[in-house]
Amino acid sequence: MNKYVKKYLRNDKLAHMWCPGCGHGIIMHQIIKAIDNLGLDKDNICVVSGIGCSSRAPGYMDFDTLHTTHGRALAFATGIKLANPDMKVIVVSGDGDASAIGGNHLIHACRRNIDITTIVFNNTIYGMTGGQFSPTTATNDLASTAPYGSIDRPFDIAKLAAAAGASYSARSTVYHANNLEKLIEEALQVKGFSLVEAMSMCPTSYGRRNKKGTVSDMLEDYKETYININAFNKLPLEKREGKIEMGVFKNETYPEYTAEYQKIIDRLKGDK
Amino acid sequence: MKMKMKSNVQFVQGNKACILGALDAGYKFYGGYPITPSTELAELSAVELPKVGGKFIQMEDEIAGIAAAIGASLTGKKSMTATSGPGFSLKQENIGYAMMAEIPLVIVNVQRGGPSTGLPTSPAQGDMMQAKWGTHGDHPVIALTPESVQETYYMTIRAFNLAEKYRMPVMLMTDEVIGHMREKIVIPNKEDIEIIDRVQPNEKEGYLPYGVKDGETVPKMASFGDGYRYHVTGLAHDETGFPSNSNENAKRLLDRLMNKVNHNLDDILDYEEYMLEDAEHIVLSYGATARSARAAIKQMRQEGIKAGMFRLKTVWPFPEERLLELSKNVKNVLVAEMNLGQMVLEVERVVKDNAKILFCGRADGEIITPEEIVETLKEEF
Repeated sequence: MNKYVKKYLRNDKLAHMWCPGCGHGIIMHQIIKAIDNLGLDKDNICVVSGIGCSSRAPGYMDFDTLHTTHGRALAFATGIKLANPDMKVIVVSGDGDASAIGGNHLIHACRRNIDITTIVFNNTIYGMTGGQFSPTTATNDLASTAPYGSIDRPFDIAKLAAAAGASYSARSTVYHANNLEKLIEEALQVKGFSLVEAMSMCPTSYGRRNKKGTVSDMLEDYKETYININAFNKLPLEKREGKIEMGVFKNETYPEYTAEYQKIIDRLKGDK
Repeated sequence: MKMKMKSNVQFVQGNKACILGALDAGYKFYGGYPITPSTELAELSAVELPKVGGKFIQMEDEIAGIAAAIGASLTGKKSMTATSGPGFSLKQENIGYAMMAEIPLVIVNVQRGGPSTGLPTSPAQGDMMQAKWGTHGDHPVIALTPESVQETYYMTIRAFNLAEKYRMPVMLMTDEVIGHMREKIVIPNKEDIEIIDRVQPNEKEGYLPYGVKDGETVPKMASFGDGYRYHVTGLAHDETGFPSNSNENAKRLLDRLMNKVNHNLDDILDYEEYMLEDAEHIVLSYGATARSARAAIKQMRQEGIKAGMFRLKTVWPFPEERLLELSKNVKNVLVAEMNLGQMVLEVERVVKDNAKILFCGRADGEIITPEEIVETLKEEF
C-alpha cells in the first residue's frame, strides 16, 4: 500500500465516495504528501471543511477533522486557529462552498491574514447536488440549472484571494500533480493566509453534460489550457485566448492575525 | 467624604452583568457581529477577554460569529456569541450544528422588537418559539430568562455550566430592558460559585467521541490539538463520530440527544413560585415582564385578590409537570409576555381545561405595565 495512504488516511474509512475519474483524490493525495514532506505533527493538524464533494475529504484524513455547515469552514477554522494558534489549520473547500455561500468568509479570512491554508477543490460545478452551475463555471457552459448555457461570469478564485489580502495565492491542476504538491507545500509554510486553487475534473456532473470526453481528455485539457503565469504574461495578447494562468499569483509577508492578537495579550500583561 | 463602595458591589447594566458572570464561569472566547441591543456584550468582551488570555473576534457576519465560537469551543475554550433578533435568525443553522455535534456554547439573545429589523432599541420577547424551533429538525433546547441584572449574572454562569455539562448550546434569552437596565449587583466570592467544566477523556486508545458508557450522560469531549484525532460532523453519525445513514443509528443518536434534557429535568428546570400557596389566579411570566407581573400581584394582594406568580427561569425545557399540578387549584392562569402569544401556547397545551387561560401581550416595543396585567385579570371578575 502507498505509504502516504497508510500513514495519513483513515484506512477503515476507505474506499472513498468520490466518482470514478474524479480529481479530488489526487488533491487529497498531494495534500498528505506535502504534509509528509514538511514532517508536520499529525496530532497538531486540524482539517476543516464545509459541505460538498471536496468537503468529504477530511473524513478520510487522520487528523482532528471538522465537517461543518455549507460555506462556513473558514469561519469555524478561524475560531479554532485563534483559540489555539499552535495548531496547523487547513481548510478544504469546493468552488461553490468557498466562493458562493462561503465567499464572504473567504475574502475576510484573506483580509485578516489569519494563518490558515485553504485548498479549493475547483471542479467548476456543484457535483454532490447533481451539476448546478457554480461561481467558477465558465460562461456558456451547460449545467442542470443553466440548461441553455450559463450567462453568469465566473470568479477567478486565486486572483480574488490575492486581491482580498492573502499572503499567498496559487493555482494548479490535478494534471500538474507534482506542481500542485509543491504549491501546497509552499502554502503550508506561509505565516499568514494561504490559498491554493486546485482545478479538478468532475466527469459525472460537468464533463458528461459539456461533452468533455473521457477523463483522460479532461486531463489533456488541463495540460493544454493551463500555463505558468510567467509564460502567460510573456505571450502576446492574441495568443492568450483560451489559456489560463497557473502558478504563484502572490507571495508576500503581512502581519498575521493571531500573532497580532498575542501582542495585545502580552501588552496587557505588561501593563499589570 | 466619599463613600467607598465595596468592590464586590457594582451598579451595572444587564449586559455587563452577563460578561461579569461569563468571566467568572471561565469564559475565554467570543465570536460575534455587532447588533443592537447586544453590542455591549461584544464591546466588553473585546476589553476583558485579552486580559485573561482569552480571545475576542469580530467576524464578518452573524453566521461566522457563531461558527468561530463553535470552532473555539472544540479546542477546549468556553465560548460565547451574542446577538439580537435578526442575528438570532441568521445563527439558526449553526445552532443546530452545535446541537448535533454536541459542542458546548452560550448564545445570548438580547431580544428586540421584530419581525425583520423591527424595533432595534425596544424590548420584546418574540423569539421564544424560535429558540425552541428555529433550527430545523428535532433537537433539545435549554433557554434561560433572567428578570434582573443580578439574575443575569448568575444565569450566565448557569448557562456555561449547563452547556459544559450537557455538551450543547445553551441560550440566554434576555431582552432590551434587562440588557440595558442598571441595578446594583453583588458579586459572590469565587469559592461560592459552582463552576462545571466539560469532562475530558484521559485515554486515547479506543476513544469513542460520541459513545457513552453506562452512567454517563454525555460522551467525554477531547479538545482539538490534544492528539485524539477524531472527526466531527453535522451529519447523522455513530459512536465513532463518522457519518452513518443507518436509521437505527440515527434513532439512537436523536434519542440520546433528546434524553440529555428530558431525563435530567430535575437538574435543568428552574422556576420561581411567588405567593402561590393560596393563589386563585396564576400570573405566568418571565424575563423583564415578570417585574411588572410581580408589581401587579402586590397591587392585587392589597386589594384582596389572591394572585401569585409562576415565573419561568428556564422557558425551555418548559416546567410542564409543575404547572399542571398548580393549575388544578386555580381559577385563572394569566400569561404575560412581550409578544402576541408564544409561551401561552405551551401553557394551553399543558393546562388544558384545568383553569381558564388569559393572555396579556404586546409587541409594539413598549413594556407591559402592572396595570395592564391587573386589568386583564379583572375583566374576568
